[in-house]
Amino acid sequence: MTETAHHRGMWRWLTTTDHKKIGILYGITAMGFFVVGGIEALFIRLQLATPNGEILSADAYNQLFTMHATTMVFLVVMPAAAALTNYFLPILIGARDVAFPRLNAFSYWVFVAGGLFLTVSFFVGGAPDGGWFGYAPLSTQVTEVVRMDYWALGLQVLGLASVLSSVNFITTVFTMRAPGMSLMRMPVFAWMATVVSFLLLFSLPIITIGLLQVFLDRNLGTGFYSAASGGDPVLWQHLFWLFGHPEVYVLILPAMGIVSEVLPTFSRKPLFGRSFVIFSGIAIGFMGFGVWAHHMFTAGLGPVAEAAFSLTTMFIAVPTGVKIFNWLGTIWGGSIRLKTPMLFSLGFIFLFVIGGLSGVTHSIVPSDAQQHDTYYVVAHFHYVLFGGAVFGIFSGLYYWWPKVTGKLLNERIGRLHFWLMFIGMNLTFAPMHILGLNGMPRRTYRYAEGLGLDLWNLVATIGSFTIAASLLVFFWNWYRTAKHGQPAGDDPWDGRTLEWSISSPPPEHNFDVIPVVHSEDDFWHRKYTENEAGHAVTVTAVPSAPAAEGPIHLPSPSYYPALASSGIFVLLLGLVYLPWGLIAVGAGAVVTMWGLFGWSMEPLTREDHG
Amino acid sequence: MSVALHEEHAHDPAHIRKVAMWVFLGSECLLFGTLISTFLLYRTRTGSGPTAADVFDIPFTSVSSFILLMSSLTMVLAHHSSVRKDYRQMRLWLVATALLGVTFLAGQVFEFTEFVHEGLTVTTSPFGSSFFVLTSFHGAHVAVGVLMLLVTALMSFTGKWRPDAGMDVELVGLYWHFVDIVWIVIFTVVYLLQV
Repeated sequence: MTETAHHRGMWRWLTTTDHKKIGILYGITAMGFFVVGGIEALFIRLQLATPNGEILSADAYNQLFTMHATTMVFLVVMPAAAALTNYFLPILIGARDVAFPRLNAFSYWVFVAGGLFLTVSFFVGGAPDGGWFGYAPLSTQVTEVVRMDYWALGLQVLGLASVLSSVNFITTVFTMRAPGMSLMRMPVFAWMATVVSFLLLFSLPIITIGLLQVFLDRNLGTGFYSAASGGDPVLWQHLFWLFGHPEVYVLILPAMGIVSEVLPTFSRKPLFGRSFVIFSGIAIGFMGFGVWAHHMFTAGLGPVAEAAFSLTTMFIAVPTGVKIFNWLGTIWGGSIRLKTPMLFSLGFIFLFVIGGLSGVTHSIVPSDAQQHDTYYVVAHFHYVLFGGAVFGIFSGLYYWWPKVTGKLLNERIGRLHFWLMFIGMNLTFAPMHILGLNGMPRRTYRYAEGLGLDLWNLVATIGSFTIAASLLVFFWNWYRTAKHGQPAGDDPWDGRTLEWSISSPPPEHNFDVIPVVHSEDDFWHRKYTENEAGHAVTVTAVPSAPAAEGPIHLPSPSYYPALASSGIFVLLLGLVYLPWGLIAVGAGAVVTMWGLFGWSMEPLTREDHG
Repeated sequence: MSVALHEEHAHDPAHIRKVAMWVFLGSECLLFGTLISTFLLYRTRTGSGPTAADVFDIPFTSVSSFILLMSSLTMVLAHHSSVRKDYRQMRLWLVATALLGVTFLAGQVFEFTEFVHEGLTVTTSPFGSSFFVLTSFHGAHVAVGVLMLLVTALMSFTGKWRPDAGMDVELVGLYWHFVDIVWIVIFTVVYLLQV
């Protein structure tokens, strides 16, 4: 294949093994699914805007709330975090790529196959409708429809993609750091990405087995979750939440990492209690595996288990609280610049504290029994997932946009985006606290008139459209910046970490010379030193010209990862329509093997690039 | 320029792959952990079907377990030969390991057939479901291992093969030993403790 063919348009994106391009692909895909999941949410809110809503049938409503959650968790927040991790993890630790570039591409394409597979279900007999948690027997009862097969298989393959990229990221962090970049010198975002990788590595296998058992119950007639044949549906709840609660931290920790990068930059102060922030992130990771049963306080676990999980749930608020106070300490006394990334980070802290506090109320078992399956819970997790994760990710987007594209997003439009989203978010989800405490149950497609639920439901619907409007403002900003954006320069925010030391957008090989790291926030210390009064003073000495380095080996583009994952897509479709689907299973397996075999035979690197 | 030692600060590719394999095996532990937990929950839920004591043939499974354990020994010998760059010996031991693995699998197939004749199938009871899914999941791992062993042995004939390239013997060895250790746990917990 000639060099020009490699570099042409679509083909270049399809075959790329560059962690930055893969990061952009993740980001754009996540944004696309954000629109899909958002439209699903708007339908739900339209249905609930008035009592006895007429817009959706119960069946359509079930599909929409199931797919809204599944989409937002697995196809939006996780890949958006994966986008930023892919793009910035190697740069932040001073590496030229991840440890396994083609495996990285494979992870992305497997994720795309899983996402498309889940979404395709809408057009062939209906999307999954048993909730994103898929409680047995909702997920295991065999009806004429195959919706929950789509769910079981789709989640399975998305899990595969995440496990592979976790192996990749962990290996990268432990073997590819630049000289002098000790673990404790790693930027906090890199640390949180590492913790997330470990969480995924150890939590996804649990759900993998759970989903396998669901699939076998549905298609082979096994009795794992069928009470009639002696199985125990509560086992599924344990397995799901043993995965599901660490998953909550998978969603929030990247945002916490982003905030820990943004606040110091825009306060012109180092992160307060940096090692505490890192260790509390690790503590959250460990403790995240010990709180799962607080999702099951109404399942009848008995007083001992309930008391134990009530305690662990209160305990996990401690490291989270440590982080909040460290962020406040970072801002305290700083010279704050309220740029858009900073606004989103401050919004994150504000909203996450509200969501965190309502979360702690769930640790009280009797109170939780009242709130269980009401809108109070919906309010809680949207404050942490939308107010937390999504605001954190937007903070990261505005912060790193100039590095990725070379252009600064417009500040005025950015501020409009922030305030619209902030107001819309509170209008939508704050009333849900009241609705829930007044007893409005989740996942019901209608409520009767005269229950005192009308007003707040209408307010929530107005709020949800305000959020949609804010997103349109963001897209306008994106478009406008692409057309007329200001060139950003290498270091628009006066940054502290290595990504700001290279050009915007970065060269394909990231660093002309692999940096040697001397301290935390290394780039800051290259720019500034302290005078006697402790104020930052610009370093005047010109850094010496970088020493010449040997040839730089970049990973070759490869179409095998995409080929192998297309085989997985066909294989999945076949598995839904057993026994005739076995033909597609076979064909898909052959294509996958072809891709993997070609991949293992391919030479690893393209020749030098410097 | 091309073969110049690339200066990635001693980022030794073999070392990187080994770290990745360890990380991956860490994840695998949880797969088997979940399956074994499921089995332990369901070990006595036999319904009207046969119980563990009814079907298990401990002497037979002990022999096949012994065969699988011996394959770890031949794997060590294969790795040892590859370090000494004695590739003839290495191939021999690789193929021997694969053969022992296949023997174990044949034993498993025989055992499954016996159980089905005695009335225990994957749909009989939660005990049957969790037993067959756990052991065949392990069997699938052995089969993948056999494939990796044979591919490694075959690749060593081609010019493309370098000891540090592709699936090097040490990586296959790590995987193989892991699968063996898991079997020790399964044999103890699923077989020995249930009869």
